[in-house]
Amino acid sequence: MYSTAMSLSAAAAAVASSSRPDAIRPAGLRFCGLRREALGLRSLQTSPQAVAARRSVVAAASAAENGTAGSGGFDYDLVIIGAGVGGHGAALHAVEKGLKTAIIEGDVVGGTCVNRGCVPSKALLAVSGKMRELRDEHHMKSLGLQVPSAGYDRQAVADHANNLASKIRSNLTNSMKALGVDILNGIGTIVGKQKVRYGKVGFPDNEISARNIIIATGSVPFVPKGIEIDGKTVFTSDHALKLESVPDWIAIVGSGYIGLEFSDVYTALGSEVTFVEALDQLMPGFDPEIAKLAQRILINPRKIDYHTGVFASKITPAKDGKPVLIELIDAKTKEHKETLEVDAALIATGRAPFTKGLGLENINVVTQRGFVPVDERMQVSNLYCIGDANGKLMLAHAASAQGISVVEQICGKDNILNHLSIPAACFTHPEISMVGLTEPQAREKADKEGYEVSVVKTSFKANTKALAENEGDGLAKMIYRPDTGEILGVHILGLHAADLIHEASNAIALGTRVQDIKFAVHAHPTLSEVLDELFKAAKVSSGVSSSVSEPVAA
Amino acid sequence: MAASPAPFSLSASTVPARLRAAAVAPLAAGPRWRGRMVVRAKIREIFMPALSSTMTEGKIVSWNTAEGDRVSKGDGVVVVESDKADMDVETFHDGIVAAILVPEGGVAPVGAPIALLAESEEEVAAAVAKAQELAGGGQQQAPPPSADAAATPPPPPPAAEAPVAAPAPVAAGTKGIATPEAKKLAKQHRVDLTKVTGTGRYGRITPADVEAAAGIQPKPKVTPAAAAPPPAAAPAVGTVPKAAELPPVPGATVVPFTTMQAAVSKNMVESLAVPAFRVGYPILTDKLDALYEKVKPKGVTMTVLLAKAAAMALAQHPVVNASCRDGKSFTYNSNINIAVAVAIDGGLITPVLQDADKLDIYLLSQNWKDLVKKARAKQLQPNEYNSGTFTLSNLGMFGVDRFDAILPPGQGAIMAVGASKPTVVTDKDGFFSVKSKMQVNVTADHRIVYGADLAAFLQTFAKIIEDPESLTL
Repeated sequence: MYSTAMSLSAAAAAVASSSRPDAIRPAGLRFCGLRREALGLRSLQTSPQAVAARRSVVAAASAAENGTAGSGGFDYDLVIIGAGVGGHGAALHAVEKGLKTAIIEGDVVGGTCVNRGCVPSKALLAVSGKMRELRDEHHMKSLGLQVPSAGYDRQAVADHANNLASKIRSNLTNSMKALGVDILNGIGTIVGKQKVRYGKVGFPDNEISARNIIIATGSVPFVPKGIEIDGKTVFTSDHALKLESVPDWIAIVGSGYIGLEFSDVYTALGSEVTFVEALDQLMPGFDPEIAKLAQRILINPRKIDYHTGVFASKITPAKDGKPVLIELIDAKTKEHKETLEVDAALIATGRAPFTKGLGLENINVVTQRGFVPVDERMQVSNLYCIGDANGKLMLAHAASAQGISVVEQICGKDNILNHLSIPAACFTHPEISMVGLTEPQAREKADKEGYEVSVVKTSFKANTKALAENEGDGLAKMIYRPDTGEILGVHILGLHAADLIHEASNAIALGTRVQDIKFAVHAHPTLSEVLDELFKAAKVSSGVSSSVSEPVAA
Repeated sequence: MAASPAPFSLSASTVPARLRAAAVAPLAAGPRWRGRMVVRAKIREIFMPALSSTMTEGKIVSWNTAEGDRVSKGDGVVVVESDKADMDVETFHDGIVAAILVPEGGVAPVGAPIALLAESEEEVAAAVAKAQELAGGGQQQAPPPSADAAATPPPPPPAAEAPVAAPAPVAAGTKGIATPEAKKLAKQHRVDLTKVTGTGRYGRITPADVEAAAGIQPKPKVTPAAAAPPPAAAPAVGTVPKAAELPPVPGATVVPFTTMQAAVSKNMVESLAVPAFRVGYPILTDKLDALYEKVKPKGVTMTVLLAKAAAMALAQHPVVNASCRDGKSFTYNSNINIAVAVAIDGGLITPVLQDADKLDIYLLSQNWKDLVKKARAKQLQPNEYNSGTFTLSNLGMFGVDRFDAILPPGQGAIMAVGASKPTVVTDKDGFFSVKSKMQVNVTADHRIVYGADLAAFLQTFAKIIEDPESLTL
């Protein structure tokens, strides 16, 4: 899923930048998340109608005090369908901008991320990280620690994940209530232009009108056909996060973020894991070099084996004293290859948009494989769609950033989110994080557009703090343009990689060049010096034509 | 340095730029050696390269090739972790990787062969033979499953020296299914999975099955509470019964157990579950002492003499050499391995004299010397301290006249030997004389060893000690 999203946004960026290849960011101007190319396009693409609409909204907004009064005959300035992280981010920003805002939620506030995704999984991963450390005799010994034997109580671990989810859920709810966002319970359906009904399934009794509508209904786990889910021995991440069991041997179908994180949890808790991956290599969405190293660190030394280039064509839950049966067929020839017999199977083959019953047909919007097709401003017809439902980049913080971008537009400020500046992270031990293009993507783009690409790398083994923690495994690499110093992508595998990526993602978002950021000071000794190393190792030949510049590493 | 050092070059792909300079130096060694290797054989050894001036050993991070793979000059065949960084090591020669001598995760000193490269398929078999020789009569490696048939050696002989565990296979499930870790271990220890009987759920082959087939003694591991619960999931996993904890004493220093001390503590507590009893026996040692004086110059110690005597007695009383593992049966050991308790700095360890009944006292003495040296250096291999079938503990040298030993788990009996002291004794005719007498005291598991068994064993033991000439045979 992620790789698709990446290539989509990469393509979009390529188009944008090719139209103005030499655009230079105006000095002193800062637009977070805005590509300078987009900036250049801004004045060109603003239509007269848009300007008019914007003016009226601004007027309404100034009249409404934190959304206390309706505007121009509408019940709300903004109605958001779906109170996940994307909807929440949009709602908060809308209130800040003075829009009267309502949010409709048919299930629980917080959506997938808070209830069935990022949040509870982080609780499990925190446990797995600690277990891994305590069980690693060699690691403990080299630190001089003596820990007899570490054990865990499964139910207590599961409770920790569940408690964390409820806590974050109530935080989210309270923050919206405190700001005066109306939280409407029920399933939202669009019944016409600027009209939404909501209520229990089948009884959409309440109708409201809204000047603007944002769809933020998110996604559900995707289950390929032939796979029978019983929630006990064959399940998706929704069930797995409840940690109702720790099987002796579990097959994980799909080796993307979700699969990889769960392999980290399960192996730390004592399970053996078998990956089933349809593509020819594991971790297909990652930079190949990072994926190779990740395999060396996260797969090979653990109780994990894998089958690549195969589909799980049929999965039968355990019953009648038989184990879970997984039929594997060759991804290309479709020939039967093998039948696995395991204790459980986790289906982590990606996520499918949750857009059924939204009433999109009422306003003539046709979904594509369930996704709401939006433009670079998250707009389709006269409404907006953010987050997993539009499929651009299925990450919680991307949804939130898209929501903020949409609210900015509603308030009359054109805004295009640069998806290449959105970081992504996988919370294994050690973590993996990335922003921007992978090396092959960057090279392809560079070939097309005719410039050089350079790569610098550094090892965590060269970092004092990492060595102090006895966690020297890891690599950071940066892909950049030696002619301009533009950062094209940064990929990190190592201790706290997820926290380290933001210096790079901010630099990309703000358009900071390598030759400038290399003078920024990093506290010593910290892990952030890993990135400092990268910036300092990069060789930028500003002013020299790209053909002369010498690649730093190949 | 019999053959070629592996010529290697470094690719920059995994090396931080600034480490490269340091790593270039050993390159010069390649060409210098090359002429010699070509003359010698068409099987080349790939060595652990010195990737930096301070590197003394390297860890194999991963093999990019498998046995049977054809490689060409310049291919990165292996990734080596030095003290500084991971580096791809390339080959300067075309050939077939015939045998990998150091598996992934393994460590080898700089200059040690880590793989064999055969120039053509004809040489593969020879290379494999050489690999076995290098591995010290190691096992036949499992041929790579999909390698070209011509390259694979003749069918492998049964892999393990240890008898393959053969409990009745569990019903249901398909035969021959092995868990991921079991497969990894099989590869590492070169165990043929088709010859292993699975004992896991649905009859699958578990890591323990592979270890058993490879002849690895299961580690005396502290069962982690995390042993995965069945999917049905009992709510509270991981409640380990704990010994009562006493409140801390104010002002006292608390020193946590070392790993060894923790193991001792655990074994001692476990022994409480075994119904043990003790039988003592006085033995005259004048003849033994005389023998000892004779063989002492040849390096034989009293410990070895006692161990040998115990082993000979055990050979006649196999039940004392047996153990009770499940509370329902006798497990008769095929070997007589005498564990001898040795106090070492901060603990206690029991190096094992294996086959003590079969080896002569000179050989045993040699083994014993090696074991003690290793024990002091904490280098004993697991099978050198946990394969005992009977334990001997001697405190006689401290003047202790008698004491009582605790039976270690997994053994049927332990003998505690006191000091030999001049004592007034009367012989059968009523004559008084002063003789050296020592007290031995045997603790045994009464589930399998009964009083009469132990008495008979001690009688035999005493006869051997009192007429020790047989010890030298």
